[in-house]
This record gives sequence, structure tokens and C-alpha cells, in this order.
Amino acid sequence: MAKSRQTPSQTVGPYFAYGLTPEQYGYQHGLRSLAGPDMAAGDVEGLRVRIEGRVFDGADAPISDALIEIWQADALGRYAHPADPRGRNSGFTGFGRCGTGIDPRNRFIFDTIKPGAPADGQAPHLNVIVMMRGMLLHAFTRIYFPDEAANATDPVLNRVPTDRRSTLIAIPLGRDAYRFDIHMQGERETVFFDV
Amino acid sequence: MTSETFTPRDWSGQPAYIAPDYKSTTLRGPTKPLIPIPQTLSELTGPVYGHDSVDTHDADLTRNGRRNGEPLGERIIVAGRVLDDNGRGVPNTLLEIWQANAAGRYIHQTDQHDAPIDPNFFGGGRCVTDADGHYRFMTIKPGAYPWPNHHNAWRPNHIHFSLFGGSFLSRLVTQMYFPGDPLLDLDPIFLATPEQTRSSLVSRFSLDITQPGFALGYAFDIVLRGRDATPMEA
Ligand SMILES: [Fe+3]
Repeated sequence: MAKSRQTPSQTVGPYFAYGLTPEQYGYQHGLRSLAGPDMAAGDVEGLRVRIEGRVFDGADAPISDALIEIWQADALGRYAHPADPRGRNSGFTGFGRCGTGIDPRNRFIFDTIKPGAPADGQAPHLNVIVMMRGMLLHAFTRIYFPDEAANATDPVLNRVPTDRRSTLIAIPLGRDAYRFDIHMQGERETVFFDV
Repeated sequence: MTSETFTPRDWSGQPAYIAPDYKSTTLRGPTKPLIPIPQTLSELTGPVYGHDSVDTHDADLTRNGRRNGEPLGERIIVAGRVLDDNGRGVPNTLLEIWQANAAGRYIHQTDQHDAPIDPNFFGGGRCVTDADGHYRFMTIKPGAYPWPNHHNAWRPNHIHFSLFGGSFLSRLVTQMYFPGDPLLDLDPIFLATPEQTRSSLVSRFSLDITQPGFALGYAFDIVLRGRDATPMEA
């Protein structure tokens, strides 16, 4: 039984950029970014992939003040965290952040590496947190890749009703690039998780 | 693999995704039920930013934005503890904050509020908790600012907080408010929080944290999802 109650969430608001993504938004003064959209800088091993997309509201308008965070394994499926006993691919933190307010089309664009599967039976995926002005608490989702045989056995994907699974699978966009749009509401509403 | 899981999100203490008085939630909050999934290594791990991720002045917002002088406004110290819901301090965890200046103005390009920018105040800061979960920021008390939600809408004074805790599951983005602010009872964002947990968003004035002759102190503790005793699903 929990001793104290969890602090409630509040919206990230429209002005998160200089706190969380200062360099992406061009602030020279003040803080450096701890994490940005270029996750695979340097000599990190793995296949370079670009993942871009837009976040749409219930009226199908692209959202210009959303913040997307990605947490992913390295090319061998290892997380850079002590709970993963396999050790890490040094130089790859696995964490990226991108706000949608800089791109003229309000895309988020991550340049990263394709993650490996974290365990047998799981499919490669990126873990995503979505937040924005107008969301009082963040939402969790995942990005899966098309044409992965392991998608059929992935324990999380299999919890999702068949007719909604496609909202979690990125669309190929040329060589080693993918589109993953997030729909907050409506017919194509992205699957969000209670985890 | 770790055999530990994290306590579930305490939904009864969290605001709903759709809170009609906060108008932008109606088109932005998810409407379909969330799909429950097991906690796997993907959720039980998370970004690690330790003491080497922060610079000396990152936790002092009265210094990290200086160009040619001191920022204007009332200096304050905001300090407290990051705990998990089992009452244990969360050590070595990153806190990131951002806020308006003393006049209620953000430096962000999209902030159109007609209040002065302070050339010596950036408004962003971060620090990492010590071994017992303690943190401390020096800053300027943020001003209230108008927003377009409804006629004559003003946000109460607040500081935005972002934390990771032990995993991607314990991620929290929230806001800290100030005691006695008359705008709290009028703010749809604050009021969207269930009454039973709302008061935990309001900091407490503390004479102990106050630095004599220099800055008033406010205490603000934050409780994150912590490790659970129940074994992980096989
Ligand atoms: Fe704000």
C-alpha cells in the first residue's frame, strides 16, 4: 500500500522549449539541451533511420506546440539503464526530444538508429511520450516498424485490437525513413497505453 | 531482467484528459480508453541523467541568464524532496524547471504578453537530487500572466517541473503553485486536478528554507511512482 499519493500531472504548456528543448528552438543563451532530435550522433553502431510525423488534434489540424519524447534500445536491443543487465552501447543514450514548433509543417523529426528487439518474442520499437498544451497528463505510445516478423508475436502489440494496430506501425518513407503521425482523437486515434 | 515493477498510475488523483473548462483539452485529449499493457524492460528503464549532466549555475536561475546585471524581481529559493509513493527519497534524479520572469513574461517567441522581457533572466534551470532525494533551486518569483482560455483568464504564479524518476513509467511533468494565490480558485488547469490531490501542487512558505537578508524560501515535495513489491508478470 502506497504511503503517499503521487503528485498530479499538469500540462507542459506552450512554453516548454527553453526548459526542455532550448537548442532545437535556437536559444543561445541560458541552458544547453540535454536531449534533442539527433540521437545517433557520433560513432553509435546501428542502421541510421529517420522518423518523422505530425501530431493532429480532433479537428485534424497539426499541433504546433507538442513535445515528443523517445526512449529506445540500441541496435542490439539494450537499454542504457541499470535495470538492463546486458550493459550498454556506449555513446547512445536512447533518449530524444523534439518539439513541433520549429518545422514549418509542424513535424517532429528524429534521426536515430533502428533499435533491436529488447527480448525474444518482442518486436523492435520505440517508446514514446506525447505531451502538449491542452494535455493535462502525458500519454504513452509506441512506434513499431513495418515488415517485422516479430510484430506478430509482440506481447504489447497483441494486446491491441487488430483494427487499431496500424496506428502503432510507422509507414515507410523512402530508404531508412518512416512516417509516424499521431492522432489525438477521431477515427484514426493513436493507441495510447495504460502502463 | 529486473523482477521489479512500478506502482500503477494513481488515476483517481490525476486530472482527466478532457477537462472542458480548460478549452484546449477538448480537441487534444485522447478519447478512447487507454489499453493496459504489461510493464516490460522498455517501460522499466528510462533516461539516466546524473550529476555530470548539470553545470554549476544550472540550478541558480538568478545567475544562469545574466548578461549585464542581476535579474529583476523577488529572489526565492524553492527546495524539497523527490520521493516515491513508498516514501523513499529518489536519489540522483534530474529535475528540469522553466517559468515566466517577475513580470509574467516567457522568453518564448510565441509569448505575446505585453510585459517586459528581463535581459538577465532566462527562466530555465535544472538540478539533480542528492542521495536522499533533496533538491534546491534559486530563482525569481514568477509573475502571473494572461492566457486566452476565457475572458480575463490569468494563470496563477507557477513554475513548471519535469522529472524522470527511476524509469520511463515514473515520468512526471507538473506545475508548482504558491500559497495564498487568489488566482488558484479561478484557474481551470489547477482546478482540473481532483480535489483530493490538488493541494499537493501548492508549495509551502518555509522560514527554514528562507535565506536571511537574501531570499524567501518555499518547500515543494514531489511524489513519483516507485518500485512495487508485487512480482513482475512472467
Ligand atoms: Fe506557464
